[in-house]
Parts: sequence; structure tokens; C-alpha cells
Amino acid sequence: MSNQRSWLLMSTSALGFLFLYLPIFSLVIYSFNESKLVTVWGGWSLKWYGELFRNEQIVNAAMLSFKVAMISATLAVILGTMAGFALQRLGRFKGKMMFSGWISAPLVMPDVITGLSLLLLFVALESLFGWPAGRGTLTIIIAHTTFCMAYVAVIVQSRLAGFDETLEEAAMDLGARPSSLFFLVTLPLIMPAVLSGWLLSFTMSLDDLVIASFVSGPGNSTLPMVIFSKVRLGVTPEVNALATLMILVVAIGVFVAMWQMRKRPEPQ
Amino acid sequence: MTQSTGTAVLERLWQMSRLGNVNWGRLMVIAVPYFWLALFFFIPFLVVFKISLSESAIAVPPYTDLLDLDLEEAYLNIKINLGNYLFLWEDSFYLDAYLSSIKIAAISTVLTLIVAFPIAWLIARSEGNTRTILLALVVLPFWTSFLLRVYAWMALLKKSGPINDILMAVGLIDQPLQMLQTDFAVYIGIVYTYLPFMVLPLYTALEKLDMTLVEAAADLGYRPIQSFFAVIVPMALPGIVAGCLLVFIPVVGEYVIPSLLGGSDTLMIGRVLWDEFSINRDWPMASAVAIVMLVILVVPITLVRNSSKQEDAA
Amino acid sequence: MTIAEVSTKPSPATDSSHNPLTSPQPSLWRDPDAKPFVVFENVTKNFGDFTAVDNISLNIYRRELFCLLGGSGSGKSTLLRMLAGFEQPTSGRILIDGVDMAGIKPWNRPVNMMFQSYALFPHLTVEKNIAFGLKREGIADSDIKKRVADMLDMVQLGHLGKRKPHQLSGGQRQRVALARALVKKPKLLLLDEPLGALDKKLREETQFELMNIQEETGVTFVVVTHDQEEAMTLATRIGVMNTGNIVQVGEPHDIYEYPNSAFVARFIGSVNLIEGHIIEDEVDRVRVKSKHMDAPLYINHGISCAPGQQVNVAIRPEKILLSHELPEQTDNRCEGVIVDIAYMGSMSIFRIHLDSGMEVRVTQPNVARDMGARFTWNDRVHLYWDVDSAVVLTA
Repeated sequence: MSNQRSWLLMSTSALGFLFLYLPIFSLVIYSFNESKLVTVWGGWSLKWYGELFRNEQIVNAAMLSFKVAMISATLAVILGTMAGFALQRLGRFKGKMMFSGWISAPLVMPDVITGLSLLLLFVALESLFGWPAGRGTLTIIIAHTTFCMAYVAVIVQSRLAGFDETLEEAAMDLGARPSSLFFLVTLPLIMPAVLSGWLLSFTMSLDDLVIASFVSGPGNSTLPMVIFSKVRLGVTPEVNALATLMILVVAIGVFVAMWQMRKRPEPQ
Repeated sequence: MTQSTGTAVLERLWQMSRLGNVNWGRLMVIAVPYFWLALFFFIPFLVVFKISLSESAIAVPPYTDLLDLDLEEAYLNIKINLGNYLFLWEDSFYLDAYLSSIKIAAISTVLTLIVAFPIAWLIARSEGNTRTILLALVVLPFWTSFLLRVYAWMALLKKSGPINDILMAVGLIDQPLQMLQTDFAVYIGIVYTYLPFMVLPLYTALEKLDMTLVEAAADLGYRPIQSFFAVIVPMALPGIVAGCLLVFIPVVGEYVIPSLLGGSDTLMIGRVLWDEFSINRDWPMASAVAIVMLVILVVPITLVRNSSKQEDAA
Repeated sequence: MTIAEVSTKPSPATDSSHNPLTSPQPSLWRDPDAKPFVVFENVTKNFGDFTAVDNISLNIYRRELFCLLGGSGSGKSTLLRMLAGFEQPTSGRILIDGVDMAGIKPWNRPVNMMFQSYALFPHLTVEKNIAFGLKREGIADSDIKKRVADMLDMVQLGHLGKRKPHQLSGGQRQRVALARALVKKPKLLLLDEPLGALDKKLREETQFELMNIQEETGVTFVVVTHDQEEAMTLATRIGVMNTGNIVQVGEPHDIYEYPNSAFVARFIGSVNLIEGHIIEDEVDRVRVKSKHMDAPLYINHGISCAPGQQVNVAIRPEKILLSHELPEQTDNRCEGVIVDIAYMGSMSIFRIHLDSGMEVRVTQPNVARDMGARFTWNDRVHLYWDVDSAVVLTA
């Protein structure tokens, strides 16, 4: 490839990466801004971090979101792994076509549709059976589990499709019964997929605004709902501080993950 | 030690689940997620459809029943209201909202493709650690809050924001530009937040592309731009299609981005649905809006499933 | 193994003093006044610190089937890629048909390549693959159709035009790749390991087919291969490459019978190299003393070098004769014990330990069915050969 063309490629890609990171850096920098007027620089300060932790509404919402994300990610991993396994390894069964459609559709389904349909289901169930009584943490968890399990299922399914079935055959050859095979061989092999499925589910649950807005009840505002109500009125400095903290957590998480991967040889 | 006992217990349970000729374990693994999705993904659509045929009412829940069964009079009254759908068709507001959503989704899908292609190409053509790092750089923003990333653009695009400041300082403009609350801001926001969904499938397709094919095209007389369209695009087509679908479908129903970055005239159907639901409290109308959106998207959604199947086969 | 095939092939004549056979083809490379078709002039190619091609000068003539033969990393592929235009020389010039190729892009060169992986476009049918290059030339559709059909007939794939590459066998794909490159009527066809992906039997058939097509079309072929058998069979001339240099250029017969270095002797066929030093060097003969030999080595051609110089005497396994009795000749003989015999059908390979400890490899054609019984394990045998069988190598 000529130098001219690779230079063009490099510069357009560099612009692309700049586009990706510029907003994030600006959030971080403005979070240390003393001034209340977000875009006027008033000197470095940690003031808004203090404000953030004194804001009870935000802290409570963060706790709720964290709880919801932990529970729904865990449920989604269990259900999603089962679903991925069912699709990839358990052969034919009645309704498999429809099942695989139900797995792939939530990946792209617009949130407003998912949110509305789940809300209407909960309302209908409540009037028919009296369950779930009202809407709140439980309904958010069910909603999040449902759309997250689809992601887990897809990740697990592709991992199962990718790995060498001779490993399982080798284990059987060495005396492992089919029943113990799953726990001795298959599960350890798909563990990276299961873990990344959990992390993805956790993040998406923590991130979801629209579906939670539909299915949550009064007094059950998740963190994105609180942020949204604040920022639609304009830019607020506490949110900058919050964003910076979240970026920090993600960055640490990614570094730990990469460090772990470096220690371990590539599984493929 | 503990791990192996744990495994032993699980194994025991697994074996106990095999009673008689039926493989109960297998049945459970299929049935549990199956019924979960049936109950919480599939049946809700039927409920939405049913409610879209009812009438709005001041009640809890705020809609009328389709069936009115009176046992004493032995009288079953079925009331199906097509008025919501008729209204969708007659009031140009809804039609405009659908068309505008599709237009915005289509344009931003193309824009995302244009931005994503060089990045995906660069990642696919780099090696070893560089590739891992670049890939991580693309995925990393995805792990931070979507809402906060949209919010970051609010600050950047404001009239008194840094972009206007820089443009004025350079002397390109002398009045701050109105960028926030325009369709322009909506496009920026969509391209920004959906970029990884385009880059990753493109990268997967381009990584598989055998570079000797590009050399072969050059050898057979194709200039780079010609071989781009004759070889690279057809070879990357599965990735292009998958990426476009992953962007287009959710964007049609996008609510957050037009709400935060768009103006009052940025008409998108996701916003209409939400307003119908929360401001007008007209649940039947919101349901009808959702059903029509679903009908519009059913073909692309089916394509997503087929394209993921093709990748499995390949 | 090699030997049998090489000798059955009517080999084109070498240097007239060695070989009286005359070639059916005009051998331009033997004519000192002939104008070369492809010229490498002091071409060097560096990749960073690594020198892939080191100051090579080489002429290739019209209608030749020239083989670049070498191991991996010898620079043969880089040389080919420079002809195709995928790489630019760091220094030096490349001329094709008198035109300096500097700055000429691959898509503008009168050169086509058959890739090692074939590089067939998987999304196109066989016909469309072959027509692919013609589409850029502004030829009428009907002409394209005709040329594609003719080419399909030539490679005997007329019935498979509508198939996709993945529906073809390896040999069929190879022929599509050949057709796709040839249909452009290139002045020069480059073939990168053309037979490398085929199994042994198919490879032998395809070799002859390739030679026929080359003769039919009259296109100049440059073939890169690591397989010396393939090079010996196909080539009009071979350029043996090692670490970025061309170490010997010559017709297959020359390269085999008169290697100019121990490297070439070992790379092509198998050889026994006997170390020694010159004790006599005349115009028509050389005597070499070696600690491995009972008698001095006597070779009936002279080399010019200093007396006492260390040399290798190369003797091919099939040129050594075995006997239980002491041979009459006093030169070129030694004694040893058979330690191993490999029966190959058409011949047998013997590993023989000389008294000096050196191991010698000897092949004997199995001209009669009971040949195997004549020499057996642990037999003590005499080895001897003619005065014109060995070559003295100073490098």
C-alpha cells in the first residue's frame, strides 16, 4: 500500500477515535470546574464531587441501580447460558425456530417497544392474578433480565459454536460421563463468555433509561432516570462528576481485565 | 477442594434429574428460558396488540376491555376499536413521525458506516497488540453510560460550548452556531453512540478478507477505488448488512437522543410513543404506534436473525 | 527419485560441449546477442533492516519458463512481487520489454499473476472470475464472452463456468486461476508456487499441462517454487536463490550436473560432498586428496585454483557404483560397510559407512528383480565412479 493512502487511512481513523474520545475527556475536565456555569472555566475544584455525594436522590438512585444490575445480570447469565446451550448443543426441539427468533429480536428491538409491552403485560397480569403487585424493583429486574439474557445467549452460543468439540470427545474418551462433561469441560471452556455476558448485562442494566422508565413505579427511580430528569433541564456539574467516576470505574475494570488476559495465554 | 466438592454436588443433581427415560436436565435447560421469553418477550406483544384495539378510558388501567361478559344476561360483547389505527393514518403527524424516523435512521446509518469503515479497516489490517488496543479503544466508550455520552455532546454543542468557542476563536464564524436542538446534533449523537455496533461487525468481516484478493484485483487492472467496490464491498457485505441493521432498527425507535439533542421539531416516533404514553396517558394509542413500528421493523429484524445464522454457517 | 524423471524428460540442450541434444524451442538465452525480455539491474529490496533481495541482476528471455527456486526467506517471492508491482525495489531497476517499471502501478503493468492461494473471488462464478480483469479493458461484452469461453475450453473447464470457486476441486481452482491470469494476454505471467496446493499425482499431470499451455500461448512464464522437482521438470532455466542472492542460473541439466557451489549441489537432488585439498591442478584434470578415500580423487576437468586449496568433491548417489570385488581403477574408489538399505521400487538407496567414518549415500537402479539380494546389510563393499562423474566445488 502506498504511503499516501495509508496516511489517509491513519488520519481518518485518528479523526474517528478523536470523535469517540473528545466528549468523554471534556466531561472529565469539566467535572473539576469550580464554576457553576459549566462551560465557563472557574479553576480546578473537587466541589462537585462533594455535591454529588450529598445529593441523596442521586445516591439512592445509584444504590437501586446497582442492586437491580447485580440481580438482573446474574439472572440473565443463568437464563442466557441455558438458552445459548439449548440452541447450540441440545439438537432439535419443538419451537426452536421461534425460540431463536426470541433470542435475536431483543438485541435490536427499540427500547420504547420493549418498555411499553412489558409495562402492559405487568398491568394485565396484575389485574388478572394480582401479581406483580404494583411496579417497582421487581418489574425492573424482570425487564432487564429479559433483554440482557438475549445478549448472554448470543455470546454463549457463539462461544459454543467456536470451540473444539473434540475436547468434549476427548473427555468422554478419558472416562468422563456425559453428565459430568458439562461441569468438567464445557462450563470451564465457556466461562470467559459467561463472564463477559455478565459484565455486559450489568453495564446495560445500569445504563438503561427507557425500559426502566416504563416499568418502574413511583419512588423507584434508577440512576439513569434521575440523570435524565436533571440533564434535560440543561447541563449540571454534579452529573459531570458522576460521569467521571463511572468512567474511572470502567477504565479500572478494563485495565484489570486486560491484565488478567495478559497473564493467561489466549484461549483460542 | 471446595470447587471439586461443588462440582460433585452439581453432578449429583444433574444425575438425579435423569429420571426414567426423559432427560429432565435437557428439558429444563430448554424449558426455563423458553417460557421466560414466551412470558416476558412474546406474550407482551399480544397484550400490546390487544390494547391497541381498545379505547382510552379514565380508569385504572386506562383502557377499556375488549370482552364484556355478562353472565346473568348470558351476553358476550366484543368491542374492537380500529379507531387508533385509523387515526394514525388520518393524522399526518404520525405518518410524518414515522417517515422522519426512517429518514433520520437511514441517513445516520449511512453516516455511521462512513465513519466506521476506515476504523474497522485499520483494526482489521493491524496486528497483534496494536489490534487488541484499537479494538479496546472502540469498545471502551460503550462500557460507559450511553446517557452520559449523549449528555457530553450537549455540553460540547451548546451555544456557549467549546466547539462554538473554538470556531469563533479561529474566526470561521462570528456568531455562535445553533447546533444543539437541531437534526445535526441528533445525527452526531446517533453516529457517536452507535459507532461500535457498526465497527465490530465490519471488523469481523474485514478481518476475514483475504488481502491477496485485493492484490489479485490490482493485478487484473483494478485501481484501488475500483477494487474497493468490486472486491472489498462484496466481500464485506455480510458485515455491512449486519452493522447497518444493528444501527438502523434501534435508531428508528430512539428516544433519548432526539429528546436531549434534538429540537422541538425533531420528529421521531419513539418520542411520540413516549409522549402518548406518559403525557397523554393514551395507552391504546401508544400501543397502536408501537404495533405499526413493529410492522415496519419486522422485515429488518428477521434479516438480523438470518445474517447471524449465516455467520454461524460460515 | 528425481533422477528417473529428469532423465526421461528430453532435456533441452545445455552448453554444447556437454550435451549434444538440441532443444525443440529456440533458446534465446544461449544467444549472446539476444535482447532480454525482463531485466533486473542491481535490484535490492530492504524491509527495514532485513535485506530480502540483495543486488540481483538477471535477464529473462521471451518465451522462457523461468523458475526461481529457493527455500523460504530466500527472496524469490519478493522478486516476483516486484515484477507484479506489489513491492518497489529499494534500489536498482526492473525492465519489462524494454520499459522501466519504476512507478508503474500493478494495475497498469502488462503482467498477470497466478497467486499461490489462487485468490479466486469467492462471490463470483468461474466465468465472472475469468472475465473480471477484462471488464476493466473496455472490451465489448460479446468479446469478453468469447475470450472467457475460449479460455475455459483451453483449461478444460467449459462445463463448470457457472460454478462458484468453493464448488471446485483444488486442481480445477488452479486452472481457473491460470485462466483468469492468461485471459488478459499478459506479456509476462507470474506463477507463485503454482502446484504447491495440489497432491502429488495431480501435480505431475499439471506440470505437463502447464508446459503445454506455455508453449501454446507463447507467454513468458516466471515461476516461483521451493520444490526442486517442480523446477527441474518445468523450467527452461532455473535461478537458484539463497538469502537474497541468485547463486546459480542455468538449465536444469546444468544445475544438476554442474552445481557451482555446495549449496546448490545440496539443494537440488541429494549429493555426497567429500572434503579434500588440491594436489594437482591442470587444464584437463584435477587430483584431490581426501582423508576419506583410499586413493586420490581424479576428475577430468580443470579448475583454476591454488594448490593445497580446500575443496569439496560432489558426487551424486546414482553415479557411484558398488562391487564386492576390488575394482580395476586406481582412482575414485573407497571401501565401506552397508548400514542401511531403503527399497524404493525402481531403485534402492544404500547408506554406507566408510572406514574413515564418513557416511555415503548410493542409489542403485533395480534393473533386475533380484537386485536386492546382491548387496545386503553389513556387507563390505567397494565404491567407485568414473572420472567424469564428480564435480569439484570451491564454494
